[in-house]
Amino acid sequence: MIRFSLFASLTGVALSLSATPALAQNDDLMTDLDPASIGAQDVEETTVEGDGDGEGISVTVTADAWQDLGIAIASFATNRDVSTPANSQGTAALGLELARVVYSDLRFNGLFRPVGPDALPRPSYPEITDPAWNTWRGRSAEMLVHGYVRANDDGRLTVGCYLYDVALQSELVREGWVVNPSEWRRAAHKCADLVYSRLSGEDPFFDSRIAYIAETGPKDNRIKRLAIMDSDGANHRFITNGQSTALTPRYSPDYSKIAYLSYVDGNPRIYVYDIGSGRQTLVTQSANPTFAPRWSPDGRYILYSMAVGGNTDIYRVSAAGGGTPQRLTSGPAIEVGGSYSPDGSQIVFESDQSGAQQCYVMNSDGSNQRRISFFGGRCASPEWSPRGDQIAFTHIVGDFHIAVMNPQGRNMRTLTNGWQDEGPTWAPNGRIIQFFRTERNSGDTSIWQVDLTGENERRLRTPVGASDPAWGPVLP
Amino acid sequence: MNRLIIAVTLSSALALGACKKEPPVVTPDAPQDTVTQPTPTPTPTSTAPQPGSQSHFSSAMAGADTIYFDTDRYNIDNEDMTALRRQAEYLLQYTGARATVEGHADERGTRDYNLALGERRANAAKNYLVSLGVPESRLRTVSYGEERPVATASNEQAWARNRRAVTVMIER
Repeated sequence: MIRFSLFASLTGVALSLSATPALAQNDDLMTDLDPASIGAQDVEETTVEGDGDGEGISVTVTADAWQDLGIAIASFATNRDVSTPANSQGTAALGLELARVVYSDLRFNGLFRPVGPDALPRPSYPEITDPAWNTWRGRSAEMLVHGYVRANDDGRLTVGCYLYDVALQSELVREGWVVNPSEWRRAAHKCADLVYSRLSGEDPFFDSRIAYIAETGPKDNRIKRLAIMDSDGANHRFITNGQSTALTPRYSPDYSKIAYLSYVDGNPRIYVYDIGSGRQTLVTQSANPTFAPRWSPDGRYILYSMAVGGNTDIYRVSAAGGGTPQRLTSGPAIEVGGSYSPDGSQIVFESDQSGAQQCYVMNSDGSNQRRISFFGGRCASPEWSPRGDQIAFTHIVGDFHIAVMNPQGRNMRTLTNGWQDEGPTWAPNGRIIQFFRTERNSGDTSIWQVDLTGENERRLRTPVGASDPAWGPVLP
Repeated sequence: MNRLIIAVTLSSALALGACKKEPPVVTPDAPQDTVTQPTPTPTPTSTAPQPGSQSHFSSAMAGADTIYFDTDRYNIDNEDMTALRRQAEYLLQYTGARATVEGHADERGTRDYNLALGERRANAAKNYLVSLGVPESRLRTVSYGEERPVATASNEQAWARNRRAVTVMIER
């Protein structure tokens, strides 16, 4: 730490002779951030009550059929309507909000045919474990979601979530979580994940966060700030104050850090922002510009691209700090970016060594580099799916589209059709891709998401313009 | 590395200080000419741009402070050479002047690649200036990628104006 601040002040001396104002490298950070609201607090799993005979019943839903399931999501009940920091009107009102979040998660992502709590009767607390089947059978809902919320003596909340098959009158799955009142939405996301996973057979993804760049101002004087939000756009926070341009953030796999590019000292450099301490450090002590940060899946390494004398190559450095960076590519072409396969053994990256941007794969030590994209157009910003079976990328064919291919570069499929869609990032379960779309002329940006069919495309609601999304894993 | 930066900046700062005291310097030393000048704050008198300042350089270059590139290219063509020669002459005449070469890309590229491309362009211009005799220690590069367009439309003309390397004086 002492060595670090020494460096910062020395940089200030050097810069004071230039036109750039001398900024210490933490001057661009917001000062009133609560680490708990940005990083990850553990959510404790708990056993919840059931009628006991729901286990062992397996319902087979075919891949095509589950999307059409009607699901009724009723307001969560409470044992006692008491005050809670999570809702000014008490736990009963919170129960309605919890069900609304579950409903929004499913509806916004085009999953199932959900009916929300505002269109449904409110079950009583005893009915959560003993549904009033006659009420629900007449409502064309094949599935029923119930839940409850209880305020505990220690100030925390217990939230239970139950999924029932209405026709069979049986419980399919139940789970419960103990959360701090400030994290009540996470319990709702976990309930949505439980329902989605149980019915689709896919891994969960709702309980996750997104780091991105918030954009304001005209095209020739745009302010770009590092920001974060929950996967549904809630709990929005700015991390930087906008004094200097911020770009391309990436959450560490454990959500304890964010690597991103900042011009805070006048040059493009990657900083690793530590959420717990609210401080940031350079990814590597070099006078050369660094950009395009990426984490290894186990969080042990950070990939970065560095230009030396104008020539950009990809390097790998220990995320713990210290250690000598390892250069993974060489040669006079631009090699940039990089995304690990989920097992950490390979890296897909882009290079213009053929004369234009194309996608290449190498082993994680830099060996065995080979081009994989041969389908026409350019291949840029490749991102390996967390499932390992697909690589998403920006396909430049005049306009910019989001496309996927397999890791051999075959079975290329175009998913979007905007004027400039770029920068794909995967949902933690590898089933949905977010990207950002730039409007022609205005340069206005927005974050969108699309599923692997390309049919379900939606814009995320963000408070201001938004680019460079980076979807983190499911929260620990 | 940091020590090197300090050394470089300090030595150029010393060089600047030394220059001002030398008689044969081309800069007309303003403070000495204006005898009656007890108020240093508002000087509405002839504030002609100082050599080495951005305004002085910019007006002396008359557009030659910027060179332009084709899509995804960073080669220095004949037109660029003419402009860079004028820049080099200026930098060789005013030996105290230090400059940043900014590399830029148009919006029709992906973000990371554009940062790398801006680096290439800035370094191509810088290397040409060095080949003409400008000391490398007086030149710095920075890539802004696609982040600082001068033309905001989304068409070929605007993109051509944004694919550029701009030489900017580092003001003291």
